[in-house]
Amino acid sequence: MALTGLEIYKLLPKTNCKECGQPTCLAFAMQLAAGKASLEKCPYVSEEAKEALGAASAPPIALVKVGAGERVFTAGNETVLFRHDKRFEHPTGIAVTLADDLPPEEIAGRVEEINALCFDRVGQLHCVDLVAVKNVSGDPAVFAGVAKAVSGKTNLALILMSEDPGAMEAAIKETAAFKPLIYAATAENYEKMAALAKEHDTALAVKGENLATLADLVSKITAVGVKQLVLDTGAREVNQVLGDQTQLRRQALKRFRPFGYPSITFAAEQDPVARVIEAGVHIAKYAGIVVLDTADRAEILPLLTLRLNIYTDPQKPIAVEPKVYEIGAVNENSPLYVTTNFSLSYFCVAGDIEASRVPGYVLTVDTDGTSVFTAWAAGKFTPEKIAAALSESGAGDKVAHRKVIIPGGVAVLSGKLQELSGWEVLVGPRESAGIPAFLKQFWN
Amino acid sequence: MAVTIAKERWSSKCLEVVLGSGLKQIKIGGETTLPFLHFEGEMPNVPAVALEVFDAPPVEWPDFLSSAFEGVLGDPAAWAKKCVEYGADLVVLHLNRTHPDQGDASPEEAAEVASAVAAAVDTPLVVLGCGVDEKDAAVLPEVANALAGKNCLLGCATQDNYKSIVAGCIAGGHAVIASSPLDINLAKQLNILITEMNLEPQKIVMDPSIGGLGYGIEYAYSIIERMRTGALMGDKMLAMPVVLLVGSEAWKTKEAKTPDTPDWGEQKKRALLWEVTTAVSLLHAGGHIAVVRHPESLRRVKEHVSRMMQPQTY
Repeated sequence: MALTGLEIYKLLPKTNCKECGQPTCLAFAMQLAAGKASLEKCPYVSEEAKEALGAASAPPIALVKVGAGERVFTAGNETVLFRHDKRFEHPTGIAVTLADDLPPEEIAGRVEEINALCFDRVGQLHCVDLVAVKNVSGDPAVFAGVAKAVSGKTNLALILMSEDPGAMEAAIKETAAFKPLIYAATAENYEKMAALAKEHDTALAVKGENLATLADLVSKITAVGVKQLVLDTGAREVNQVLGDQTQLRRQALKRFRPFGYPSITFAAEQDPVARVIEAGVHIAKYAGIVVLDTADRAEILPLLTLRLNIYTDPQKPIAVEPKVYEIGAVNENSPLYVTTNFSLSYFCVAGDIEASRVPGYVLTVDTDGTSVFTAWAAGKFTPEKIAAALSESGAGDKVAHRKVIIPGGVAVLSGKLQELSGWEVLVGPRESAGIPAFLKQFWN
Repeated sequence: MAVTIAKERWSSKCLEVVLGSGLKQIKIGGETTLPFLHFEGEMPNVPAVALEVFDAPPVEWPDFLSSAFEGVLGDPAAWAKKCVEYGADLVVLHLNRTHPDQGDASPEEAAEVASAVAAAVDTPLVVLGCGVDEKDAAVLPEVANALAGKNCLLGCATQDNYKSIVAGCIAGGHAVIASSPLDINLAKQLNILITEMNLEPQKIVMDPSIGGLGYGIEYAYSIIERMRTGALMGDKMLAMPVVLLVGSEAWKTKEAKTPDTPDWGEQKKRALLWEVTTAVSLLHAGGHIAVVRHPESLRRVKEHVSRMMQPQTY
């Protein structure tokens, strides 16, 4: 269990030397308890205290890395059951399978397809994270050959999937530099798989048949010194996966050590809609990595979008840069809309301007990323701020007219804004979905 | 190694709401645990999935959506029957024509449409106004009166118009959708205001105002999770079931509306997945009724729910 600030304080030197950057030892203890400082900052802490605090402050779920070089995939360090309690730290890794029995001429194409699974959303690229090379052929030499070929063609992290230690040994020898995830150690093969993971310093997936056999196997493997683990409870039915993932997370947070590692799940359904549904549930419910057998862009886009949404930090509104955005082929007569720099507000307005098929400018006012109503209520979306943004953003140089459209929900600002800015203020619709109808009626 | 299954000891449960009358009546809510965690508590009722009907033929629907309702798009009663044929647990009638900019149909006209739809199907009926507070306040009491005794679900009542709508629901024996703008405190406050008018708590269903996938779904996701944990921890004013108005959100997204492209793949598959993923993730947050638009989405979400209703093995 995590220690409280006072419990930690008792273990500190209590000299208030300030060398840790905090005014007092008590303040430092509070920072440690909140996970905002690390013990190394204190130069005088005793070995005894280090041990006691180290064990208690180790994250309930270990941080595990797969891959090397520019695209290292990271999972773990999670601390909560519900995103609203703090946040989910590491977005679920999305892994796409590649079977080693594909005809050799199709392998490069499949890798390229997987490499290309990247989508732009509000200027940010969201991509799948791993390629799972699966030993379907049963032939160690084929598996090793395909693993090597794939590793040369992608920057994504690799998962090597085979329960045959011989095949794994052959494949890892070819790809060790890329630090792939070995999948998987089972009750039958764990000694050899653990030895391979140890020798090549790679992460190891552990596959149980249920929670009890998984815990058992993890204990045996950590006993031989392999600590970078990823857990598979063996469940493939979506209802059981939900139960198992919930148990792994709950028990890890209760400091049941065998479950203190990120998990791996499989959206095993072959039907496209069913597998996307399943993968979606895994993403929302704690999976560290979800593996699925599709590179169809229409299937991957909703999953990457769901992941982006669920793993957004709820304490930090996502802001866009406050400036004038151009939507479509604008000219000096295009309408000018104003909204806040909350990304969702901007995104909705931009989307509905596109839908109206009339190019337009959007001026986002810096409201610390809060929405129109929240910002208005908090005094961050005021006539003064909008007027200042109008003049400082250079909006006046982009359009020949002097008309600005404000959100209908803050119609009350229009008089004062007109007075302050000298611009004619048009009150737009309450919701951005009304923009096309609004334009037809009020713009020309 | 012995593993003790971790179970939360919740002190309370979600309210159970009964909708409709007669043989096809349904119950929602009543859970004593988080969604689908059968090892921990009871989930006495299966989450319901509804299909939508509109009082005017839709514009700008993609072909693969409108073709599912070919021949009935101009006739709400026939459309509703089609929804039942597709297996909808409830039918949701949107009274869009009452909108001041879309025909401004009178409360009496709206009540007539609602009566015709109610007469055509025996599944529980949900009737939604056009979303303009004042207009809905005039239309829904009239609808409530015309459908008296059918135990429908009417909405959406907001902080600004709930009084006349709730009065109509009390008089007609209906349940009400209490709608709040993505704010759990406002949701709770509206429930308090409505129950203070003497509508029983088990006649209220909450609409937290969801966003579609990619358009703020995470806000609704977390609010619904907090509503559910609130209910389980004994907050009576957060214990009402949750309705998810998925169809309207999912089909207005760029991802559902953009035709086939090399970057985003096939539109039909993408749009369907957008609706289904939105519905399913919010059901896993704690939603009770998912309102979807495409019959294929209905089938897929129901199929998933029936899988999730299978208990875990421990």
